[in-house]
Amino acid sequence: MTLTAKDVAEITRLLEASTFDELYLELDGVKLSLKRNGAAGRASQGQSAPAPSNPLTLGNAPAAGNAAAASNEAALGNAPAQPSGVSAPAEVIPAGPNAADPNVHNVTSPLLGTYYRAPKPGAPPYVEVGSTVEEDTIVGIIEVMKLMNTVRAGARGRVTEILARDGTLVEYGETLLRIAKSG
Amino acid sequence: MSIRRILIANRGEIATRVIRTCRALGIETVLAASEADRDSLPARLADRTVCIGPARPSESYLKVETIVQAALGTRADAIHPGYGFLSERAALARLCEEQGVVFIGPTAEQIDAVGDKLRARAAAEAAEVPVVPGGAVESVSEALSLGESVGAPLLVKAVGGGGGRGMKRVDRLSDLPAAMELASSEAGAAFGDARVYLERFVTRGRHVEVQVLGDGKGRVIHLGERDCSVQRRFQKLIEETPAPGLTASFRNQLHEAAVRFAQRLSYRGAGTVEFLVDVDREEFYFLEMNARIQVEHPVTEAVTGVDLVAEQIAIAAGDGLRLTQAEIHSTGCALECRINAEDPTRDFQPSPGLVTEASWPQGPGIRVDTHIVSGTRVPPFYDSLMAKIITHARERAATLTMMQNAIATTRVAGVATNMPFHCAVLEDAEFRAGGVDTGFVARLLERSPLLSRRVKHG
Repeated sequence: MTLTAKDVAEITRLLEASTFDELYLELDGVKLSLKRNGAAGRASQGQSAPAPSNPLTLGNAPAAGNAAAASNEAALGNAPAQPSGVSAPAEVIPAGPNAADPNVHNVTSPLLGTYYRAPKPGAPPYVEVGSTVEEDTIVGIIEVMKLMNTVRAGARGRVTEILARDGTLVEYGETLLRIAKSG
Repeated sequence: MSIRRILIANRGEIATRVIRTCRALGIETVLAASEADRDSLPARLADRTVCIGPARPSESYLKVETIVQAALGTRADAIHPGYGFLSERAALARLCEEQGVVFIGPTAEQIDAVGDKLRARAAAEAAEVPVVPGGAVESVSEALSLGESVGAPLLVKAVGGGGGRGMKRVDRLSDLPAAMELASSEAGAAFGDARVYLERFVTRGRHVEVQVLGDGKGRVIHLGERDCSVQRRFQKLIEETPAPGLTASFRNQLHEAAVRFAQRLSYRGAGTVEFLVDVDREEFYFLEMNARIQVEHPVTEAVTGVDLVAEQIAIAAGDGLRLTQAEIHSTGCALECRINAEDPTRDFQPSPGLVTEASWPQGPGIRVDTHIVSGTRVPPFYDSLMAKIITHARERAATLTMMQNAIATTRVAGVATNMPFHCAVLEDAEFRAGGVDTGFVARLLERSPLLSRRVKHG
């Protein structure tokens, strides 16, 4: 068997909920090590790994948290000549160290489409890391078949992280950016 | 053009089914899944899954723009719509045509042509395919005069309806005005199209349909017929091929009529031409054409050995028809039972929930198309189809016995299923004799002690 990104996400969640700081797992040529505190673990598929009938399996699901992101990249390295359409790893599940933090607001995509950080190509982005935002501040747009949908911050505070890449496909519910709430 | 990556705009067993063929062909799959289906079996099997929206179909599976955007954003060459949802929505085919995404199905124009019952009927008449006596009516007085010439009993049908929705039966002509007005206002509300038409109600009818493949340039072949007469409230439950008890010449006439109809449209892709067989008059009438892969396609695959999804993809890729009529051979009998999460002892009420255990039958001659494994949740937002069990053997009796054994070894816990219904059908003398009409299920429910408890009003 091979590990899917979903498996990794599930394991990450288990680790997060546990009292352990580190996890090391080896099965069928797949090695997975996860560490707490944002230290990225590494999942690799050695030469002995069974040839996956489904080379994209690990790229299939969104990664959960920092640790699992590494596994996604490792897996994608396995799939030869892969156009960017499939390769862009997306972070969807709002997990990771900040997930449970009540002072952090995750801005998620209200629909599937292409995410743009700026109103038009070449224009300055709506927000940068460090920008202060109000609840109704526009933080990006999602294009669906030439129809532009604005995304608003939804919380007052400061942008701490921008996760979605400009001009890429984002899924429904995918976390676009994080805001440290104030007030 | 070559198709390297397909976006599957569907869910459930058909998504799993399409992924299986794509894998065999070395084609990558992207599943467009709603939030409720993110962890489904097809989502795990697909090379990639993208979440297109919330569980409610109107906010996910039915959003044309979102589906095409998902295909463009994941660089899929083509979209497979499966059945239901957007499969027969011309708007999706049209937007695909505009955006340079291959739609695995007929042209938007063909979907429009067969989706409008009156246009389809006119096309059938032009192709010299017999249609049920009747026609469109715009007023009550028109309905009454047509009703008199056709004779009662009659069916009032919605032009924009389908799958049995929007139909009313009228036994006496005096009931016609009220039935027509009700059908018209219901159709307006449900389909945004208040037009209705009248048809002779065939007292003893069988539902027999013919599978066709067309190259879009006028060449059409058929892959035999399927008998789908075991229906409850117009919903098919069991299908089989060949249709029992038809003479060779009657069967040929059916096949040829289906091919003529599809040829007239220069039909592209896989489609099904449905007929109503009037048992008493020994005639058949064109009902409609379904411009998509159908739920019951596996019985045809079982007897012909043709992978219909692979042929759909080949035609969409521009390879045309890879088979000639002479290359289609049918062997033995195949039967399909639709296992639904519904409770036959409670008037077939849907029974969504967590499937705590699912164990499907295996063995030579048995095929199971399903997305249900132990731990799968059957969401309440979609249809209740859990699995299709297909058995194939040389003789019909052996096919039925195989199905009985297959169902006996199936274990599903956590949700109610209609398997007791299937067991009752498979034991029934009338069904075993073959060639039942569409009134069979109602009669069975009347006489079956297992099922009759609460279904009196059914």
